[in-house]
Amino acid sequence: MISFLKIYCTIIFRIIFFLTATAASLVAQENSDCLGCHGDRSATGTRKGKTISVFVDEKKFSDAIHGTLTCISCHADLESKEFPHEDDLKPVNCGTCHSSEQELHTKSLHGQAIARGDALAPDCIDCHSNHDILPAKNPRSPISPLKIPFLCGKCHLEGSPVQKQRTIHQDHILENFSESIHGQGLLKKGLIVAPNCATCHTSHSILRHTDPYSSIARKNIAKTCTQCHAEIEMVHRKVIKGELWEKEANVLPACIDCHQPHKVRKVFYDQGMADKDCMRCHDKSEIKSSKDSRSLYVNYNEVKLSRHLNVSCSQCHSEVNASHIRPCETITKKVDCASCHAEIGTQYLKSTHGQLMAKNDANAPICKECHGTHGVLGKSDPKSSTFATNVPVLCARCHREGRKAATRYTGDEHQIIEHYNESIHGKGLMKSGLTVTAMCTNCHTAHSVLPHADTASSINPKNIPATCGKCHHGMQEQFEQSIHSKLVGKTDKSLPVCADCHSAHTIRRADETGFKLDIMQKCGRCHEDIAKTYFDTYHGKVSQLGYTKTAKCYDCHGSHDILAISDPKSRLSHDNVVGTCQKCHAGASRRFAGYLTHATHHDPKKYPFLFWTFWGMTSLLIGTFILGGIHTLLWLPRALKMQREIKKAHLKKEEPQEKQEKDKDGNSNN
Amino acid sequence: MEIATTSTGEKEFLRFSRLNRILHILMIVSFISLALTGMTLKFSYTGWAVFLSHILGGFESAGIIHRFAAVVMFGIFFTHVYDLFRRKRTEFGSWKNLFLGPNTMLFTKNDLHDFTGSLKWFLNLGPRPQYGRWTYWEKFDYFAVFWGVFVIGSTGLMLWFPEIFTLILPGELINVATIIHSDEALLAVGFIFTVHFFNTHLRPEKFPMDIVIFTGRMTLEEFKQDKPREYNELLEKGKLEENLVEPYQPIVIRSVKIFGWIALSLGFSIIVWIVYAMIFAYR
Repeated sequence: MISFLKIYCTIIFRIIFFLTATAASLVAQENSDCLGCHGDRSATGTRKGKTISVFVDEKKFSDAIHGTLTCISCHADLESKEFPHEDDLKPVNCGTCHSSEQELHTKSLHGQAIARGDALAPDCIDCHSNHDILPAKNPRSPISPLKIPFLCGKCHLEGSPVQKQRTIHQDHILENFSESIHGQGLLKKGLIVAPNCATCHTSHSILRHTDPYSSIARKNIAKTCTQCHAEIEMVHRKVIKGELWEKEANVLPACIDCHQPHKVRKVFYDQGMADKDCMRCHDKSEIKSSKDSRSLYVNYNEVKLSRHLNVSCSQCHSEVNASHIRPCETITKKVDCASCHAEIGTQYLKSTHGQLMAKNDANAPICKECHGTHGVLGKSDPKSSTFATNVPVLCARCHREGRKAATRYTGDEHQIIEHYNESIHGKGLMKSGLTVTAMCTNCHTAHSVLPHADTASSINPKNIPATCGKCHHGMQEQFEQSIHSKLVGKTDKSLPVCADCHSAHTIRRADETGFKLDIMQKCGRCHEDIAKTYFDTYHGKVSQLGYTKTAKCYDCHGSHDILAISDPKSRLSHDNVVGTCQKCHAGASRRFAGYLTHATHHDPKKYPFLFWTFWGMTSLLIGTFILGGIHTLLWLPRALKMQREIKKAHLKKEEPQEKQEKDKDGNSNN
Repeated sequence: MEIATTSTGEKEFLRFSRLNRILHILMIVSFISLALTGMTLKFSYTGWAVFLSHILGGFESAGIIHRFAAVVMFGIFFTHVYDLFRRKRTEFGSWKNLFLGPNTMLFTKNDLHDFTGSLKWFLNLGPRPQYGRWTYWEKFDYFAVFWGVFVIGSTGLMLWFPEIFTLILPGELINVATIIHSDEALLAVGFIFTVHFFNTHLRPEKFPMDIVIFTGRMTLEEFKQDKPREYNELLEKGKLEENLVEPYQPIVIRSVKIFGWIALSLGFSIIVWIVYAMIFAYR
């Protein structure tokens, strides 16, 4: 049975294969078909609206490495198309054949730049050209060893757009390289075995030195150099013991610590540029800058206790030149932390702090303002200024009322530090010592600090649920299903986010009486009428007296999970409302739920029976008071007059008796 | 002069029975309690209400006071009704005698006559009418209590037991009951602490208060002047003497006056508070 099935399938497959092969051969295009048009020197086409030459030099093509391929092997989208074809072909995908190179390139800095849409990013043909690709061994190829420095130099030459507009932490790369021992070997002596750019940086997997996969990462650099300098550790016995060279490259000085990239020269390591050379001068406490006489003393112990204990002076103070008597006299720029902390540097430059720095604003905080200099510590070190409990103090240096950041701030948040310290987060952090409690940088981020109006800001209304959700994830999940979430609520009015109800710096515990009462005012800011009428009912009146036991907005509507009443899942939907009432009123029935929790007697259209009851009662009240009032007011003058007459009558009657009565009193007293 | 006559131990006319006096004192306590606790809720948007509510021990304790006072009020009401049945049996013999006798609480032709007479007197068009045992405004106050207990009491029960009432009635009726309860209470409180206070205590011949409702006794002179028709009728029938009793000791009078002052001040305070809330804080 099985063997029969096998034979059957084979026959079917063969038939299908035969049919498709025939169909393909019917429309298959030969290179000569293409060159019929593209062989003409004057042939033009359009790409993205621009007229370009589409001439293909048949001779060059057939001499090139791909000369044996058909055009449609690369221009795959033209396969089985009728000629002449339309303009704007799909870009050729080299990865169809060169998949591993393609993959490396996609992950590389160049590939990442293409993905970002960077116009300066190089793709395959920028290095390899297109129809006349030659193998690297061919001296005419742009990727032959001798030509590579010029190929890379197209973009990385000093003054080129890439070097000027993109963040490249090395300067004068080509010049330095050409003067280096590597460059001289390659370019002056024509030694094609001398390293070119790709030897160290690789051809396709070009990555930042901070990337652990990079060939120039600290961890990998020894491996990269020992491609050529095999057993180099044998000649370094003077400096280091070779055992740990490759095993624990991270704890040892890496090649580039002494032999700076691109400047590698023999003379360099004769002189040495180790920390002890720097400390020869900077160890002296009286050493001062000749420019502004600030102290240049460096407490080397501080460095050794810092997070940078394995970083040598010259790695940060990178412009030193060991061939000078004072190697540091060539330093022109301040330390650029971004040369190692590249991503953070990019974040910082986009932040308000970085933007101010770019404008040379005197108030702009730079790295060292927060992190310190030689004694920089990690944020997990309690002694660090960036340790959780120290951050509010750190930010307060500028953001406390009256300080330089607070005075230029024009928003609504004031007394930020004081309010924060009294908030649930501040108390959690400062009083309870919970280092997981949210502090400044948890919400504002450490390096991407931006004003809330900026859509990229972590505190932009769009991003606030996610920011708070970093800790309060459960709330975020509920909120994003709720009618208040932008993902659900369909309205042109602005929808509330966490901070609208909880505030930013004065966040209180949600089970605090004050918060419970205050939250109703928060609902009332948008739901004005409904909040007002709520306060006309028993629930609202008790709340207004300052008691939280009666139903408040969220008791019925929910808080983070508020849904439209029309939603069957809402606590107030037809099916759920009775249950919601029963939370407090155990005996509540369907009719009980008919109680109007937001009723007003001021709306004759919506609640006519309440309106007329109110006015009926009010008329009765006014009527009774008018009648009673008139009666009283008319009575008063007559009553006063009557009283005077009675008094007069009394006086007359009693005058003659007065003497007699006095005697009587006297007698009784006796 | 008044003090001089009482101190001589002259006998006084007994106007109110002991039971009625006790009922009225209880009514004052219950009514003021109801008013204070109820108004804190009605005018919850004023600072006064918040302050008072806390003094009363919070909305729950105020609620307990309110319900207790309401039960007392119902008690007073039913005791009075029971007393009517008892007096019908013992004093009057039939409802006809009780309702149509000379001292009936029902409005009669005579009351209309007295009312028009009063208006004429107010406008200086005639003499002061010869008022009898119960004047028309006293009868009005009496029936106002019946009306009030019925209206406020029934709606109050609805608000007290909404779960039970909504087994039959629609929930919206609780909203209606709230409005009726609250506005009728405002009417009752407003009327008692202004019109009733004036008619009974503040009119010049009684100022600052009439303590007859506490002692039950009034001097013959005052009786003759205030209720001339009743006085004359009793005198004619020779029955005046049997309604005369010994006056109370001064200590009793003083205590009664202190109680009166407290009640009056609380009443006026509530009026001041209501006026403030209605004029300056109304919403």
